[in-house]
Amino acid sequence: MKNKNSQGAQECPSRCPDNSAFKQQKLPAWKPKLTAPSVLSSFFTIGVFCLLMGICIILSARSVKEIQINYSDICLSCSKLRENSSNWDKECNCSVHFTLQENMLGDVFMYYRLQNFYQNHRRYALSRSDAQLLGQDVNIENSNCAPFTTYPNGTPMAPCGAIANSMFNDSIQLSYHLNSYTAIQVPWLKSGNSWWSDKNVKFRNPTSYNLSSAFAGTTRPPYWQKPAYLLDEEDERNNGYINDDFIIWMRVSAFPTFRNLYRRLHHTNQFADGLPAGNYTFHITYNFPVTRLKGKKQVVLSTITWSGGSNLFLGIAYTVSGAVTVLAGFIITAIHLKLRKKKTYFQR
Amino acid sequence: FLYKFRFFSNNRIKTSKYNILTFLPVNLFEQFQRVANAYFLFLLILQLIPEISSLSWFTTIVPLMVVFTITAVKDATDDCFRHKSDNQVNNRQAENIFNIIFFLQADLLLLSSSEPHGLCYIETAELDGETNLKVRQALPVTSELGPDIRRLAEFDGVVVCEPPNNKLDKFTGVLFWKDNRYSLNNEKVLLRGCVLRNTDWCFGMVIFAGPDTKLMQNSGRTKFKRTSIDRLMNTLIFGFLVCMGIILAIGNSIWEHQVGAHFRIYLFWNEVVNSSVFSGFLTFWSYIIILNSVVPISLYVSVEVIRLGHSYFINWDRKMYCPQKDTPAEVRTTTLNEELGQIEYIFSDKTGTITQNIMTFNKCSINGKTYGKSVFINKTVPVDFSFNPLADRKFQFYDHSLIESIKLGDAMVHEFFRLLSLCHTVMSEEKNAGELIYQVQSPDEGALVTAARNFGFIFKSRTPETITVEEMGKLVTYQLLAILDFNNIRKRMSVIVQTPDGQIKLYCKGADTILFERLHPSNEELMSLTSDHLEEFAGEGLRTLALAYKNLTEEHFKEWFKILQEANTSVDSRNDYLAAAYEEIEKDMMLLGATAIEDKLQEGVTETIASLSLANIKIWVLTGDKQETAMNIGYSCHMLTDTMNEIFIVASHTGMENQDSDREYFALQALALEGDLENEFVEVACMCKTVICCRVTPLQKAQVVELVKKHRKAVTLAIGDGANDISMIKSAHIGIGISGEEGMQAVLASDYSFAQFRYLKRLLLVHGRWSYFRMCKFLCYFFYKNFAFTLVHFWFGFFCGFSAQTVYDQWFITLFNIVYASLPVLAMGLFDQDVNEQNSMDYAKLYEPGQLNLLFNKRKFFICIAHGLYTSFALFFIPYGAFYNTAGEDGKHIADYQSFAVTVATSLVIVVSVQIALDTSYWTAINRFFILGSIAVYFAILFTMHSDGIFVIFPNHFPFVGNARNSLSQISVWLVILLTTVVSVMPVITFQFLKEDLNPTLTDQLQKARRKQKPLQNYMRRVYRTNSRRSAYAFSHQEGFGELITSGKNM
Repeated sequence: MKNKNSQGAQECPSRCPDNSAFKQQKLPAWKPKLTAPSVLSSFFTIGVFCLLMGICIILSARSVKEIQINYSDICLSCSKLRENSSNWDKECNCSVHFTLQENMLGDVFMYYRLQNFYQNHRRYALSRSDAQLLGQDVNIENSNCAPFTTYPNGTPMAPCGAIANSMFNDSIQLSYHLNSYTAIQVPWLKSGNSWWSDKNVKFRNPTSYNLSSAFAGTTRPPYWQKPAYLLDEEDERNNGYINDDFIIWMRVSAFPTFRNLYRRLHHTNQFADGLPAGNYTFHITYNFPVTRLKGKKQVVLSTITWSGGSNLFLGIAYTVSGAVTVLAGFIITAIHLKLRKKKTYFQR
Repeated sequence: FLYKFRFFSNNRIKTSKYNILTFLPVNLFEQFQRVANAYFLFLLILQLIPEISSLSWFTTIVPLMVVFTITAVKDATDDCFRHKSDNQVNNRQAENIFNIIFFLQADLLLLSSSEPHGLCYIETAELDGETNLKVRQALPVTSELGPDIRRLAEFDGVVVCEPPNNKLDKFTGVLFWKDNRYSLNNEKVLLRGCVLRNTDWCFGMVIFAGPDTKLMQNSGRTKFKRTSIDRLMNTLIFGFLVCMGIILAIGNSIWEHQVGAHFRIYLFWNEVVNSSVFSGFLTFWSYIIILNSVVPISLYVSVEVIRLGHSYFINWDRKMYCPQKDTPAEVRTTTLNEELGQIEYIFSDKTGTITQNIMTFNKCSINGKTYGKSVFINKTVPVDFSFNPLADRKFQFYDHSLIESIKLGDAMVHEFFRLLSLCHTVMSEEKNAGELIYQVQSPDEGALVTAARNFGFIFKSRTPETITVEEMGKLVTYQLLAILDFNNIRKRMSVIVQTPDGQIKLYCKGADTILFERLHPSNEELMSLTSDHLEEFAGEGLRTLALAYKNLTEEHFKEWFKILQEANTSVDSRNDYLAAAYEEIEKDMMLLGATAIEDKLQEGVTETIASLSLANIKIWVLTGDKQETAMNIGYSCHMLTDTMNEIFIVASHTGMENQDSDREYFALQALALEGDLENEFVEVACMCKTVICCRVTPLQKAQVVELVKKHRKAVTLAIGDGANDISMIKSAHIGIGISGEEGMQAVLASDYSFAQFRYLKRLLLVHGRWSYFRMCKFLCYFFYKNFAFTLVHFWFGFFCGFSAQTVYDQWFITLFNIVYASLPVLAMGLFDQDVNEQNSMDYAKLYEPGQLNLLFNKRKFFICIAHGLYTSFALFFIPYGAFYNTAGEDGKHIADYQSFAVTVATSLVIVVSVQIALDTSYWTAINRFFILGSIAVYFAILFTMHSDGIFVIFPNHFPFVGNARNSLSQISVWLVILLTTVVSVMPVITFQFLKEDLNPTLTDQLQKARRKQKPLQNYMRRVYRTNSRRSAYAFSHQEGFGELITSGKNM
C-alpha cells in the first residue's frame, strides 16, 4: 500500500491537467470561411461544368434509337382472354406490325416493359428464398415465400415466393420483312443478358446428375406453365434457376413501371450492324395477364450509349442545374457588390 | 447512546447507486426507464411481429446493444467516482484538521466540552453564511461529565424532541436523566455543518443523523436535471413521426383499396389482413419502425458522448486549475454542458464564494490623517514588524508613516491603537511563550485587534475585571469597569476602563453615522475630515468603523454606574433600560479616527462579475448574512454602483430582501416568498440591475431559484461553497460548488465544481458557449442528416404502394447512423470552434445567442427538417428521373431495386459528408480523418457486404451480392450521385454565404477579422471605481458576548 502511494506520487505529483494541445482544445486546425472569391469561383466552375455535362448527355441520349409498342392494347382479345384466370391453359397468339424508319445500328436490345406492376411492394419483394435459389436444400416453410411455399399436399414449390410465381412468361419473336413476301426471323441471344454475378454467384441449380432429378420432389409455382427445369430445354447453362429470363425477373425493379431486358440482337447475316430499316412483325405468345391490374405491357427495341438509354432526364437536369448555378453566381455577385458599396458609404 | 441511531437513519452519506452485484439489473432497469430506451424496446417488439416488421430485428438491436453497453460503461465509471467521493466524505468524520477545526457530521446535543461551563464555540458559515463565532453551552449537569469517557459511556439520558425538520434556528426537546427533566433549546445543540472553533474537544449525543439532520433536511430534493434541448427534441420529433406515419397509413389504405385490390392476383394478403383499413393500421406501425431513424438511438448516445467529451475538456482545462489548492475543475453531472451556454441568472452565495472570508486591516484615518496605501497601486515593501516578537506574521501593512508616528509617540495614534486593543470581546490564549492565539467572535474584530497587536499594542489577556495590554513593550493592566455591548440597533460597542494611574476612559467603536451624532461639538472639523476619508474607504468597498473616546470623571462614572446597575436589576424591559443607560454615557465623545477593513474578495471576482454582466447574465447574491455586510460586498465587487440611486430594501417576515434598481422604485412593505406576492417579487426583482437577498435561509435560497425558474423560464445557475447552498444548487438548472474550501457537501451536490469563483467566467463564456454552440450545430446537422436519410422512404412510399418498403439495404440502415455518418458529426460536436477562447472571453456579447436560444429552437429545427426534406427529395427524385424506363450502359439492369438502393445510399453518404465538411468550421486532423475515413469505410463495407463469399455463407441476409460492382461501374450512376450532391449542396452554400454577407453576426465578423489579422474594437468596458459617501458598517457581531465576558463564564 505504502509502495503504491509513493509510486502514485512520483507519477502524478499534482492533479494539474496535462498541457497537451488536445486536452487544452488547441489542436492545430484549418478554419475555412466562405469568402466571396471562393464561393463565386466555385459557383461559376460548377455551373459551367454542369451546363456542358448536360448538353453532352442530352446529345448522346438523343442519338439513341428506340421504338416502344404497347401490345397489351393492340392484342386486346388476348388481354381480355387472360383476364379470366380459368382460361390459363388456352394459348393466345398476337402479331404486331411496325416499320423501322431508320437503321438501328450497334447493339440492339429488346425489352419488355410493364406498367403499374408493383414489384417493389414490400411483401412482394420479400417473397423469395435466396437460399433456395442458390440450390441449397432449405425448408422454405420458414422463408418469406408464404403463401407461395407448398401446395396443400405438402409438395414444396420450386422456386417459391410471389416474385417467382408471377414471372413474366410471354414469348416474343421478331420477324424482318425483307420484302412483302419473305420474312426472316431476327436472331436473338437469350443468355448473357443478366449480370455475371447473378448468373454465377447468386443463382445456382440444385446439384444432381441431371436437372430434372435435382428438382425432384418439388413442383412448379401455381402460375407457371412448366417447371423450372424446362425453362430452356435447349441450353443446359440457361435452365432451371440460372435461366436468364428468370434471373432478370427475380431482380425486382425499383418502380412500378420498369423495363427488363428480354433479348439481345445476335449480329449475324443481315443483322451484323444492327437492325436495318424496314417492316417488322412481333409474334407474341400472350400469357401474362396485366389488364386486370390496370397494367400495360410494352415491347421495346433500343440501342444504347455511354450514358445509358434514351432517358433525357439526366441531361435536362444537368443543364437546368448548371444554368441555375451560373445564374445564382451572377445574382450573388450583384448582391455582394451592391452591399460592398453600401458598406463603404456607411464608413464614410 | 448509540441506541438512538437505530431509530433514524445511518449517518453515512450515500450518493452512489450501485455495487458490483446490483449493477447489471439495476442499471438495465434504469436504462429501460428512460423514455428513449423504452421507446426503442417497443420498436424492437414491433419488429418481431411479422405482419408489421418492415425491417429486420437486427437494425434495432445492434444499435440498442451498442447504446446500452456505452451507457452502462459510463454509468459504471460515474458510480466509481461517486463511491470514491462518498468514502472521502464519510472518512472525514473524525478527522482533526489543524488541531481546532472539526466538522460535525450529525446534529448533536452538547454534553460537555473543553471550555469552562460547557461552552463551545462554533462557526456556522456552512449553515447560514454568517462568519461570526457563536456560543453553545451544555447543560450544567452534563458538563460535569467532562472528558471522562467511562462516565460518558454510562450516560443514559433519554431525549424526547421534535421530529426531523428544516428549521435551523429552533430546537425544542426535553432530556430525561436521573429522574430529572431538563428542557433543551437551540443553544444546546450543535448542528451538522458547524465547525468547532477555539474548542479543543466536546462530547455530544447524536440526536439526528444522516438525512435527518437539519442541514440535510434543508437540502431539498434531488431532481433529475434535463436540458431544454432534450425536451424540445422529444415533443417535436415524436409529433413529426406520428404525422408521417398517419399520412402514409392513409395512403396505404387508399392504395390497397384502389390499386392493391387488382394486384392481389400476384400478391395475396396475409391471413390476418382482411381489409384495407386494417392494412393501413399495420402500415402505420411498419412506417413508425422505418421512420424512427429520424430519432435514431445513436442520437442519444452521440449526445451523451459529446456531453461527456465536453465534460472532459472542462476537467482538463489548465486555466480552471487552481495551483494553490491543487484542484482542477470537475464535472460531476455530464449531461448539462450545453445549458452552461444559456445561463440568464446566476445565484451566488456570498461567504466563501465571492468573499474569501478573510478580513484584513487595510487603512485607517487617525486624527484627520490617512494611513495605508492600496496594495494594487504600488508595490511597496510591507512594513517590517520584526521589532515586535508577538506580531502576527500574516499581517501586512503598506504604509511606513504609521509606524513612524507610533515610534515618535504621537498621542492620538497611541490612543487609537489602545482603543483597538481594549474595546473588543476577543479572548486570548498564550499557549507557549510568545505564541498568542486570539479567539475571535467576529473576523472584523480579529483583524482590528491583530492590527493593534502588530503595531505594538498587544492585547495579552483578560479577566472579568481587567484587561492586560502590552503597550510598546510595557505591560499595562486596565481595570475593566463596564462593557457596553453591541447590538443591531446601537451599532456600536464601548468599554469603560480605568488606567493604572486612575483615569477613567470610555472607548467606543461603531458605525460612523451613529457615532458622529454623539461626538462633542468641538470635533466638527475633524469629523468632516474623517468623513471624507470614510467616503474614500467606502468607495474602495472597505468596511469602516469610526472610533471615539471620552474621559470620564470618577463622580460622573459612579453616578452613571448606579443607573446601569438599576437597569441591570430591573425585571421587565431590562434591555430598554440598559440601552437608555448606555445612551446616557456615550455622548460628547472625542473622535479618534476610523478603520477600514477589507473583506477580501476572491481573486478576480470583480472582473468576473463585470464580464458576466456584459454577457447579459443577471447575478443575484443570496446570503444568510446581514444586510450591511451583503451590501458592502455588493459595492466592493461593483455589483452596486453609485449610478444606481434607487436602492430599496424590502423587509419581509421570512427574511430580508434588499434590491437595488436604477429604474423604478417600489415600496413594498412586506413581501413573503410564499403566497400571493411572489409574482410581484419576481417582477420587481427582475427589473432590478442587481439583486442582493440577505438573511435568507438555505431553503429560501432554493425558493428564490424556483421562483425565477417558474416565472422567467430562464436557465439558472447557482454557485456556492457551503452546506447552506446545497438546496439552491440542487434546485437551479445548474449547480456549481466551490471546492477546496472547508465543506465538501456543496461540491457533492453540485454539477460542476472548481476552486475559484473567477473560473465561472471561463466555464460559462468559453466552455458553456462552445458546448451550446457545438451541441446546436451537432443537433442541426444530425437532424438534417437523418431527415435526409429517412424521408427518402416517405417519397418512395408513393411508388411502392405505401407498403413500408425501405429504399436502402437493411444493413445500410443499421450502419448508417452508427458507422457511416456518426464520427464526422461527433468530431464536429466535440472539437468545433467558431471563435477562439480568447475572443469568447473578450466579447461577452457572443454569449447572447445562447440565452436567446437562437442556435437551436423550433425555427431552426424546422429549417433543419426543411433542409433534410429538400435533400431527401433530391436524393430520391434525381435517380428516379434518371433511371425511369431506361437501362444501363450495357443494356442491362439499372433501375432494379437493389441498384437504386445502392445509388441512393451512396449519394446520401457523399452528400452528408460534403455537408459536414461545409458545416465544420474548425478542421483538426481528427475531423479530416473522420470525414474521409467515413467515406472510405462506407465503400469498404459496401463491397464486403456485396461480395460473393459473404453471400454464400448467409444467402438470406446478404442478397445484394454483386450489386456494388455492377452499379458503381456505370457512368450514369456516378452522374446521378454528382448531380444529387450539387443540387443538395449549392442552395445551402448560397443561403449561408448571403446570410453572412448581408447580415453578419458578431461571430462572422470575428472570423473575418481573424482572416484579415485585424482586431475588432474591444467590446469590454472598463470597470470604473466609484467614490461616494456611503455609510458602511463593519461588525459581523453578535450580541451577548459582553455579558459573557463580564460574567466570567468563559474564563
